[in-house]
Amino acid sequence: MINLSFQKHLKTTDGSFELSIDLDIPKGTFVTLYGHSGAGKTSFLRILAGLLVPDKGSILVNEIPWYHSEKKINLSPQKRNIGYVFQDYALFPNMTVKENLKFAQRKGQTKDLIPELMEVMELSKLENRTPDTLSGGQKQRAALARALVQQPDILLLDEPLAALDAQISTKLQDYILKAHKDYGLTTILVSHDLGEIIKLTDTVIVMDQGRITKAGVPQDIFMNRQLSGKFQFTGTILSIKKQDVIYVVTVLIYNTIIKVVADASEIQDLRNGDSVVVASKAFNPVIYKVTDGS
Amino acid sequence: MNWEPLLLTFELALTTTIALFVVSIPLAYWLSKTNSRVKPIIETLVSMPLVLPPTVLGFYFLVAFSPNNAFGEWLNSWLGLQLVFSFGGLVVASMIYSLPFMVQPIQAGLSSLPSSLSEAAAVMGKSRNITLLKVLLPNIKKSLLTGIVLAFAHTVGEFGVVLMIGGNIPGKTRVASIAIYDEVEALNYEAANFYSLTLFAITFAMLLLVYLINGGYLKRFWK
Repeated sequence: MINLSFQKHLKTTDGSFELSIDLDIPKGTFVTLYGHSGAGKTSFLRILAGLLVPDKGSILVNEIPWYHSEKKINLSPQKRNIGYVFQDYALFPNMTVKENLKFAQRKGQTKDLIPELMEVMELSKLENRTPDTLSGGQKQRAALARALVQQPDILLLDEPLAALDAQISTKLQDYILKAHKDYGLTTILVSHDLGEIIKLTDTVIVMDQGRITKAGVPQDIFMNRQLSGKFQFTGTILSIKKQDVIYVVTVLIYNTIIKVVADASEIQDLRNGDSVVVASKAFNPVIYKVTDGS
Repeated sequence: MNWEPLLLTFELALTTTIALFVVSIPLAYWLSKTNSRVKPIIETLVSMPLVLPPTVLGFYFLVAFSPNNAFGEWLNSWLGLQLVFSFGGLVVASMIYSLPFMVQPIQAGLSSLPSSLSEAAAVMGKSRNITLLKVLLPNIKKSLLTGIVLAFAHTVGEFGVVLMIGGNIPGKTRVASIAIYDEVEALNYEAANFYSLTLFAITFAMLLLVYLINGGYLKRFWK
């Protein structure tokens, strides 16, 4: 169990705000932080990892204080057992993939997870390559494997899939989910991708201006509950065009572009770039094969 | 030909560079990390030798190290150090004189690394020293090489500081740049030309090597 209750004054380019978090995360949960950039999501992760010190409050992990402003406790990042996948992956350029993983091993660690992780993350062929020769997806896998070497209790993922194309990120989501389950992790992910959140997450925390505005199961937060859709997808609006009396809304769902017809009242609060759910109620969707899967 | 001044020059440059390397790494690391209020002052002091005439530095060293005043007296009686007109004094003065040439490239190199590298090492439980040695320094090899070569070459080329604090004692403080001046004064152009040409060739070769390595020309050639 992680009990968080802290405040931190943050300065950004658009002024400053107070990051104020009050949250309990049960062990083994997969939590996603969702919100606009500059909402304080990365600062949240950095405070939990000990890379940023809050102004006041407390962080308890399994009843052990990692930070306590009144008792003047602040565990250094070195003493908190956390796996952190940075947005830029932070692989060490002077080391090969294998050396990166080895470096992450803790002193006196009995179980050597490296061979297993190399295998699971499909890194065996890349073990002697340096990070600058890897593709985005390969770097991400190496960074994820490296974060797991020290057998962390908590895994923090800062938008690790943002820079990858849809096909690769789908596969990496599977890796993350597998690692989360296999190693009994408590995972906290920062993500903007609704599909990713719905696929991976137990609980989603919506943040705005440093505060938690909503928390709950992704389905409840993102899907319109009045809509008992037979099938539904989330996507992003690319354009809204008027055609005679109706509007055609172009929506990007994963890597597919879909056109949806809407009337004037429906498009009223829709803008380009909004995240939307495209759902169908009345019709049975048709399914047919395009190519063989394997 | 008398090789002594040339050998002395390179001995001085080598000693200075090694000592400076050891001192500059922690200093550059601190400068690249700190948010301290005294940082601009320290940075200014480190850079001062770039703009001050070497004679100013030499003059104050001479005054400070002189056994006739408190600091020089203390050095002499407690540590047995006689820094005026001695090789040891030349090393100390050269270190200050070449400090910016070593510190600035290393500091720039360390600042250019993303902070996530040291943060990643920290969450893996690695201490600052291990992170510096195993992660940060190996990723700024070019900057280290630049610092080493510039500090070395700059020490080879110093004149004013050496003249002020070291004087012109053969075998002790008479480095090549002083010897050249001396030989010219004595109208001994042949000897002056010998020292000058040697210095010219060696410093050219060293700087060329840096540009070749840091520009990746050698790698291309080997492949």
